[in-house]
Amino acid sequence: MAIKTIHVPQGFSDFAEAISSVSGVNVNLCFQCTKCASGCPVSFAMDYTPPQLIHAIQLGLSDLVFKSKTVWLCASCQTCTTRCPQEVDLAVVMDALRIIAQRQKLQAKVPEIPTFYRSALRTVALFGRMYELGMIVMLKLATRSLSKDIGLGLKMLMKGKLNILPTFKGALTARRIISQVEAREKL
Amino acid sequence: MTYAYYPGCSLHSSAKEYDHSLRAVCSRLGVELVEIEKWFCCGTTPAHSVSRLLAAALPLGNLAIVQKMRLKEVIVPCAACFWRFKSAVYDVANDNGLREKVEEVIKDSGSHDVKVYHPLELLSLEPQLGEIASLVKRDLTDLKVVCYYGCLLTRPPKVVQFDVCEYPESMDRILGALGITTLDWSYKTDCCGASFALTRTDIVLKLSHEILDGAKSVGADAIVVACPLCHTNLDTRQEEIKQTYGLNYELPILYFTQLIGLSFGLSPREMLLGKHFITTEKLLGVKRYAG
Repeated sequence: MAIKTIHVPQGFSDFAEAISSVSGVNVNLCFQCTKCASGCPVSFAMDYTPPQLIHAIQLGLSDLVFKSKTVWLCASCQTCTTRCPQEVDLAVVMDALRIIAQRQKLQAKVPEIPTFYRSALRTVALFGRMYELGMIVMLKLATRSLSKDIGLGLKMLMKGKLNILPTFKGALTARRIISQVEAREKL
Repeated sequence: MTYAYYPGCSLHSSAKEYDHSLRAVCSRLGVELVEIEKWFCCGTTPAHSVSRLLAAALPLGNLAIVQKMRLKEVIVPCAACFWRFKSAVYDVANDNGLREKVEEVIKDSGSHDVKVYHPLELLSLEPQLGEIASLVKRDLTDLKVVCYYGCLLTRPPKVVQFDVCEYPESMDRILGALGITTLDWSYKTDCCGASFALTRTDIVLKLSHEILDGAKSVGADAIVVACPLCHTNLDTRQEEIKQTYGLNYELPILYFTQLIGLSFGLSPREMLLGKHFITTEKLLGVKRYAG
C-alpha cells in the first residue's frame, strides 16, 4: 500500500471552528475512546467510523470528510450522542456536515440521500403533510430506480397503507414556514 | 383529561392501525384527544439535515396551533415526530438566537411552553396504568413478547427526558398490567434503519434482521412497538429478509395500543390487525381472532 503524507495544520483547525459555529459542538473534546463506533449500528456500511471522522475534523481535513460516505449514512439514531463521555453531540455534528455540504452544493458520496431530503421537503411544501406515494414516485424518478420496491408498494396500497390522493390540510402554513426559511438562509 | 393530538403523517397513512387503536384505547380510558386542526409535517430527518431553523420551526409551528386551541399538552405517538418536537423545544430553550428566528418565522412566541408527551408516558403512569388493569376483559396471559422501543423514544436523554435511555420499562409496565409476559432482550433501543427504508434498503434489512433474530432467540411470540417507522421496517420487510438472509421469521409485529385494545375486549377487526403483512391469527388463536 502506498503511503500518503497528509499535512495537518497546527493548533485547532478552522474546520472544527466552522462546525462549532453551525452546531454549537466542540469536536476538540473528543479523546478517541471509540465508544461511539462500538455502538453505531451503521458503522459496518461507513468508510470512516464516527470517531475517525471527528479526528479528521480536528485535523482540518475537510476534503476527506465531505467525500466520505459516513456523513450521509448516519441514521441519526442518537446512540453516539447518548453514550459519549465527553458529551460531544456527534449526531448534531453529522447534521451540520450535511447542512454545509448541501449549501456548498458538494457532490454527495451517497447521492440518493440528499435527493430523498429534497423530494420529501418538496412534498411537505406542496401538501403540508408527507404524501408518501407522490414522494416515492418523485424519489424513484430522481434516482432512476422505479422498479425497486414496486411489489411492496402495491401490497401497501392494497392494505390501505398508502393514500392514493394527498390532502392539503396544513399546506398553507407549512409552505409559508418553508419559504421563509429558504429566503432567510438562501437555500 | 383533554390533550391536543398530533398524529403525524404516518398515522394517517402507513400506520392507520396505530392511530385507530390509540384513539379507541384513550376513549375507553376517558382520555380525550383533540386532533390539531390543520397540523403539518414535523419535517423529520430531511429538515434537520438541511436547516436547523427549519427543523425547529416546523414542530413549533404546530405547537403554536395547540396554544391557540388553549391546550397545554400534546400527545405525539410517532417516535420520530416525538423526538423532533422534543428537540425543537430543547433547542430554542438553549439557544436564544435560534428562538428569536423561529418566532419570526412562525409568527408566534411561547409555543415551546406546550408539554409534549408520548402515549407510552401517559399510559404507564397512574391513574391510567391502574385503569388499564381494571378494564381487562380478554385473557392474553399466554403471550410472551418483547418490547421494542426503537432508537428515538428515549434518546438523547437530556432532550426527550423520558424513561431509562438504555433499557426503558414503560411499555413493559403497560403490557404487564394486561398480564402479558414481557421478556428481557438486548435490542430494546437498537435502530431499525428508520429513514433508510427507501434509499438504502440493504441497511434496513440487516438491522431489522438482527432485531427479529434477537426477539426469536429469547423465545418471543411477537415484537411490540410504539413507532410507525419501526413497525413498517419490521413488518413489511420480512419477506425480503427471508430472501436475503434465508431466515423465515414470520414474527408478528404489533402496536402496544393494539394489545391494550384487544385486552379491553375490542375485536381484532376493530384493531385493524388485517393491515399487517405478518398475520397475527396464529399468535392470538383462531377463537380469540374471531372475537
